[in-house]
Amino acid sequence: MLKKSISFPYLLWMIIFVIVPLGIMVYFAFTTSGGSFTFENIEKISQYTPIFIKSINLAIIATIICFFISFPLAYILSRASDNYQRTSMLLLMLPMWMSFLLRTYAWMTLLENEGLINKFLGLFNIGPVQMINTPGAVVLGMVYNYLPFMVLPLYSIMAKIDNSVIEAAQDLGCNIFKVVIKVLLPLSLPGIITGITMVFVPSVSTFIISRMLGGGQNMMIGDLIEQQFIGSTYNPNMGSAMSLILMVIMLVVMGITSSLDDDEREGIVI
Amino acid sequence: MKRISKIYVFLVMLFLYAPIFVLIVFSFNQSKSRANFTGFTFKWYKELFRNELIMTSLWNTLKIAILAAIFATILGTIAAIGMHSMKKRSRSLYMNITYMPVINPEIVTGISMMLLFVFICSVVNKVFGKGETILELGFWSVLVAHITFCVPYVVLNVLPKLRQMDNNLYEAALDLGCNPIQSFFKVIVPEILPGIMTGFLMAFTFSLDDFIITYFTNGSTLQTLPVTIYSMTRKKVNPQINALSTILFVAILIILVAMNIKQARDAKENSK
Repeated sequence: MLKKSISFPYLLWMIIFVIVPLGIMVYFAFTTSGGSFTFENIEKISQYTPIFIKSINLAIIATIICFFISFPLAYILSRASDNYQRTSMLLLMLPMWMSFLLRTYAWMTLLENEGLINKFLGLFNIGPVQMINTPGAVVLGMVYNYLPFMVLPLYSIMAKIDNSVIEAAQDLGCNIFKVVIKVLLPLSLPGIITGITMVFVPSVSTFIISRMLGGGQNMMIGDLIEQQFIGSTYNPNMGSAMSLILMVIMLVVMGITSSLDDDEREGIVI
Repeated sequence: MKRISKIYVFLVMLFLYAPIFVLIVFSFNQSKSRANFTGFTFKWYKELFRNELIMTSLWNTLKIAILAAIFATILGTIAAIGMHSMKKRSRSLYMNITYMPVINPEIVTGISMMLLFVFICSVVNKVFGKGETILELGFWSVLVAHITFCVPYVVLNVLPKLRQMDNNLYEAALDLGCNPIQSFFKVIVPEILPGIMTGFLMAFTFSLDDFIITYFTNGSTLQTLPVTIYSMTRKKVNPQINALSTILFVAILIILVAMNIKQARDAKENSK
């Protein structure tokens, strides 16, 4: 076969533009603006703990909602006729191809105090209800933008589950809930894990959704980091430290979810 | 049961499409109101096409996306071919590096590359510019960033095709008198072409759509379409955004439906 060395330019490129930048980020996280070593940046982050907790909370809620919407949807689609499956998947993908800025903007106009939803509620003399600039609006934005990321992996793994497995469980006396818990959930676990990471990672690190739908009051980790680099409080050292913590959170989440997977698989083998 | 499932699917679709349809309807609205429809007009579309900022941004976006996709495809395909013939250990090193930009949050990729580019600029300006600014973030930095986050998708699409390929084919071509370069283009490339095409298209669409990484690496000088859209949504009500969304939505709809029809036709022909 061809020589392995032809991959070398790629390795070099990725080292220069992926590894080195991360190295610079770590360097910034542990230095002052003058360049001397310090832990101060990491220590200072503790004052932003509420924002970190809030981001993680909102992202977890959004991930859970996405899961509960997607699980039945993926199952229904995986059992439908070929044509129905194809059309539904096309319809699911279509909004994903539109810029997520525009999708979020759409909700901005709907949720406004003078927006369409409040106007509708006004017909029944309700409201106006404050919807925009609330944590709920941010979660809604996350669910709306990242729902397909949960549906796709769930659907592709469920499409592989044989109907006869489900029928066998039913014949052996499982009701619908037992079928879900004992058969569907364990068999689709790898898809669930992919879905969780694909929704959680962009949700927890977003700064667009929180800014457009959350106003100024619902800052998230992403907003904090962005402010250290582009915004008024320019401080790349602080921003790098925050990004480092964000990466650590991400690795912990991925570690937890993938360890779930291994345990379950061993359980199945036994 | 059947009916309940259909209603459920319909409700999810309603949730996904209702906001987009509201955007589309209000792109034809006479007044700037986003809740009252006062009359039909095309004026926002006319304004949109006269908006020079949007047209330059669109042009920039296309230039970056085409260049990034071409370069990423070449770099990624060659890398995948080399990786295919590696032993397990060195391949897993390559795979880990490949997955890094895929797994990393976009904001981290964006700011870390921004730090590198800023560093490069300061070094160049100090050494060659003697204090004057001769290099700053802009087209080049956005292009490099886009290539970097696009290459992994090419690699990940080409590798499975190589695994499906029969390795003997390449050797057979050599035995039959092809030199390595000929057999590369006549045997390997046609075999893995579907993977290369998917990789190219993914790279192209990701580059078109990227906002976060561009936002951090453009040095606020290069305007791409998502960056312009972002600054438009930060300002007051602007129905041109609705008009732009409508055009993009219709364009994507046409492309996807065409692709789907072609796929269905191919599937039918294969089953015959």
